[in-house]
Amino acid sequence: MEPGGAQLMRRLPRKDAVIIGLGWTGAIMGHELCQAGLEVVALERGPWRDTASDFNIGTAPDELRYGIRGELFLNNSQDSVTARNKMDQVALPIRKWGSFLPGNGVGGSGVHWNGHTWRFLPSDFNILSHYRERYGEGIFPENHSIQDWGISYDELEPYYDKFEYLAGISGQAGNINGEIQPGGNPFEGRRQRGYPTPPLKGQHAQDLFSKAATELGFKPFPMPSANISQAYTNPLGVTLAPCTYCGFCERFGCANYSKASPQTTVLPVLMRHPGFEARTQCEVVRVLKSSDGKTATGVVYIDAQGQEWEQPADLVIMAAYQLWNVRLMLYSGIGKPYDPSTGEGVVGRNYAYQANSSVNGFFDNTHAFNHWAGAGSLGITADEYNGDNFDHTGLNFVGGANINCTSFHARPISARPIPPGTPRWGSAWKKATREAYNTFANVGSQGSVMSFRDNYLDLDPTYKDRLGRPLLRMTFDFKPNEERMSAYVTEKMVPIMRAMGAKQIVANPKKGPWNVVPYQTTHNTGGAVMGDNPRTSAVNKYLQVWDMPNVFVLGASAFPQNAGYNPTGTVGALTYLAADAIVSQYLKNPGQPLVQA
Amino acid sequence: MTTPRGSRRRFLFATTALMGVVGTATARTIEGLPWTSNEVYPPAEARPGPWRFFTPEEGAAIEAIVDRLVPVDELGPGGKESGCAVFIDRQLAGPYGRCEGMYMQGPFPTNPLPTQGFQSSVTFAEAYRRGLAGLAAHVARNFGGKKVPQLSGEELDRLLTSMEKREINTPEFNASSFFDLVHNNTMEGFFADPIYGGNKDMAGWKLLGFPGTRYDFRDVIARPNTRYTLPPVSLLGRPEWNPGGRS
Repeated sequence: MEPGGAQLMRRLPRKDAVIIGLGWTGAIMGHELCQAGLEVVALERGPWRDTASDFNIGTAPDELRYGIRGELFLNNSQDSVTARNKMDQVALPIRKWGSFLPGNGVGGSGVHWNGHTWRFLPSDFNILSHYRERYGEGIFPENHSIQDWGISYDELEPYYDKFEYLAGISGQAGNINGEIQPGGNPFEGRRQRGYPTPPLKGQHAQDLFSKAATELGFKPFPMPSANISQAYTNPLGVTLAPCTYCGFCERFGCANYSKASPQTTVLPVLMRHPGFEARTQCEVVRVLKSSDGKTATGVVYIDAQGQEWEQPADLVIMAAYQLWNVRLMLYSGIGKPYDPSTGEGVVGRNYAYQANSSVNGFFDNTHAFNHWAGAGSLGITADEYNGDNFDHTGLNFVGGANINCTSFHARPISARPIPPGTPRWGSAWKKATREAYNTFANVGSQGSVMSFRDNYLDLDPTYKDRLGRPLLRMTFDFKPNEERMSAYVTEKMVPIMRAMGAKQIVANPKKGPWNVVPYQTTHNTGGAVMGDNPRTSAVNKYLQVWDMPNVFVLGASAFPQNAGYNPTGTVGALTYLAADAIVSQYLKNPGQPLVQA
Repeated sequence: MTTPRGSRRRFLFATTALMGVVGTATARTIEGLPWTSNEVYPPAEARPGPWRFFTPEEGAAIEAIVDRLVPVDELGPGGKESGCAVFIDRQLAGPYGRCEGMYMQGPFPTNPLPTQGFQSSVTFAEAYRRGLAGLAAHVARNFGGKKVPQLSGEELDRLLTSMEKREINTPEFNASSFFDLVHNNTMEGFFADPIYGGNKDMAGWKLLGFPGTRYDFRDVIARPNTRYTLPPVSLLGRPEWNPGGRS
């Protein structure tokens, strides 16, 4: 045992399955396994959280508490990561989250997300073979480790559908069974049916964007949203309420039961399931293995008093946030750690992120954008420059970005844009701030990040967490491939903003080096990626660890590289896929790999 | 494979009792939906009154500074009247000032990369203590023995500008990073909910036209590009709803 070595570890009665982390993936998997008759315990290192007690309408809309001080996020004092841009630099701890904001507690980051709920493009899943076939080997950037997912969009489609119907997603389909639908995304993969609820209503900015983008030849469509447009009862019998456009979404819990989260879709059923139990403020410190190292036998966790417990289980489900899944695998010796000098090993390999950009527009005072009346996913998107929806010949990069125009908040501490050159304080600042506050609009892009040999995760040699364990170390930078992609797509956004009527335009394409301070996106991916080859992937297409078949690793840690979309839709779909594989295949023959290496 | 809830729960309790782990556990075993009525966690309301963190001299200096960062003018009240100094004082006296929740283990490097963010062992509260001492010494030296609140508005504006532009940084007094800290906290105070002591009478929100914590804007969504005219509401309601109260 690690800290305070005098205590004895106590062993608890065996469970059929132990789930590490009770966010989106843990809650969905817990429900599916309990439905199959398993006795399941979920271990969550954060507190219990629920709508009425923790996201109460009288306390939830508090920007300082939640938006700035970050009360719903993991405390860095409990756990953090170290970061550096390049392998020859010394990584230093992130002392206060900035660039990304990992969640904590029951519901995980699914509590405080914005709710953009995408399906990745079909060509995202076979990106390596697709680009190779269309453009030849020369298109790929130096030192890349881009790879196919080992699964096709069509295989994943039923599970995307399942997640969208669990969450009540509001949107406009673009392709139902191959038929292109007016008003939807013409580039999306075929879906079996439309969204469960209609799109959110747009604001003035979305009206301007739709008109401008359409005139310029784009086919804009409503962003698929987990802030739902009308009351909806999901297949589990849980009812969500319509979004009221309160403007306190990302970084906040929803007081209205309007944002799909584990709390508003799964937990009310799961928590009452006789086969389920959750233990909160219990942090799993390692996965235990059999003496031959081929099977996990359970987990060790530490409760809030520092008491160490052994929880034996037949099935171990790693359902923590991407970063913590990878770290727990490294601690536990599950899978071979990645070594960037040789390119061998799989755990920590192919860490990726997202390359977002913005074009800001300052308008005259005939416009009233009222962004404070917003919803996390209130927006219009155009997908012409995402994935391989456009010809990359001669562009010298792989990937793309969605282009969007959102109104998700205008919270006053953080959303006070002023034109460049304006003083930051004094009367001139007051005047400019007042003028710009409601006459400002933004066109954004959400860009893919490819995988590279020297963007990876391992354990830090110096910095430790509160239990004395090494912090996870991130080595990451935006590469020329991503900078070229972002510059190209951002250039396509400027004419839209011009056509929207902005009098002053400021373009901010993504450029390196990656900085840990300004918020960018909580879309960290990779490190325990899926694939069809155990030499280049940690888990198979069912998220089962190649060389430890009773361990499944859920979440965005499985993405071999990141696409130009928010990850949660794909994370939810992969969780349902893994759950289906466990229930319909694995449990019939436990302990066996579902794919032969 | 499942057992009835009650018996399983008894079993777990029995197990823990046997092991002598009785306790003030904050770790919880949860079966069913836990529910406690009125279990919400409201923030403590910051009220005006004596300084909790600042000395009287420090408090006077901060009041003078916040009133230049957010000056009184035709657009509304300034930082002092709006409670920005009270806000900062209460924040520094609380978990924020102590950097609670942040990763504060060493080693603390002397030369972090610009991309690696905050890397100091000095808490925000201590940074104010040292920064205000450094500023007081600078002012005494350069303005004939004066103190910060004795400077004219123009003098203080020039001083703040030179701090912001890194013109008076010394090894003892990192004036630009202290300026950034005070600027950041002043803006937080001017625009945070009034419950934290700043943004008195929602002055910051009125400057912007932010309608506050109304939580239901379906009426606004129904009429895009229309100017909103209702006054703002905070977590404390509106001043006229709380006679004698603050918001």
